[in-house]
Amino acid sequence: MKTLINIFRELAGLFIDDGLFALAIGVVVVLAAIVAAIASAVPIAAGVVLLVGCLGVLFGNVTWETV
Amino acid sequence: MIMTWTSVAPAVSAAFLSSLVEAVEALTIVLSVATVRGWRPAGLGALAGLASLALIVLALGPLLDRVPLHALQLIIGVLLLLFGMRWLRKAILRAAGVVPLHDEALAFATGTAALREQARHHNTRLDWLAGLAAYKAMLLEGLEVVFVVIAVGAGRGLLVPASIGALAACALVAAVGFAVRRPLARVPENTLKFTVGVMLSAFGVFWTGEGLGVPWPGEDLAILGFAALFLIAALAAVRLVRSPAVEAAP
Repeated sequence: MKTLINIFRELAGLFIDDGLFALAIGVVVVLAAIVAAIASAVPIAAGVVLLVGCLGVLFGNVTWETV
Repeated sequence: MIMTWTSVAPAVSAAFLSSLVEAVEALTIVLSVATVRGWRPAGLGALAGLASLALIVLALGPLLDRVPLHALQLIIGVLLLLFGMRWLRKAILRAAGVVPLHDEALAFATGTAALREQARHHNTRLDWLAGLAAYKAMLLEGLEVVFVVIAVGAGRGLLVPASIGALAACALVAAVGFAVRRPLARVPENTLKFTVGVMLSAFGVFWTGEGLGVPWPGEDLAILGFAALFLIAALAAVRLVRSPAVEAAP
């Protein structure tokens, strides 16, 4: 049982290492989904939010890490 | 579905490079086990891990066809973003000297020391524990390989090329590793993780966008553009956060 729990933890760890970082990526995806729903006439807008948001999260998290 | 070089090459190289990293990590643990307890528990554990992995793929693989394409793209895209950006973040911090580099030789030494310590306390159970360590390493690292293959290949008919890339990497590492009988410490792991992190993050943005119905300009070619942007952002982040100790080093 303990081994199974450890394996499950390690599996979750494949995707979530820093909780705040993972949460920020989730927020960006949700924002992009909202933009896709609201601005359906301009579908590329959701893509821009997604791309810029992900780059911003990466850059922001790494620089925040060293503050 | 027509396969083009621009769609096949990124998928195959992402699968190959990420599998290379995972295979090196799995090999390090299997070699640790083999060094302390011999090839029998290491080999049995590794084979059991591979068998479990094959069962998981056979059981879950057919389910992929039943998931609607947009939902599959969105789920895989988000998982790829989490997985790829996690790798890229760590690779940036390692390249900048904020986090120590992953050292396979050190991992090997730590692994063997831990197994020897266990041997002193539980000598009779050690073969079982050693086999379990090899099993777990093979299963977990193998699952990462399977995930990457599915993520970059599913939905575009690229599962076979991506699988070939992954299998080639695993075969290469296994052949070299078992020939030299020591961990592949000279593999530039952080450079590989940096490259793979950039590629998987680019795939993640592409798939998530596709799942949300975004019509990317240039279609598959957009992945290369995203990769370039992630690379520029990552290199800029390394320069910005590089610690003074790393800066001073030759």
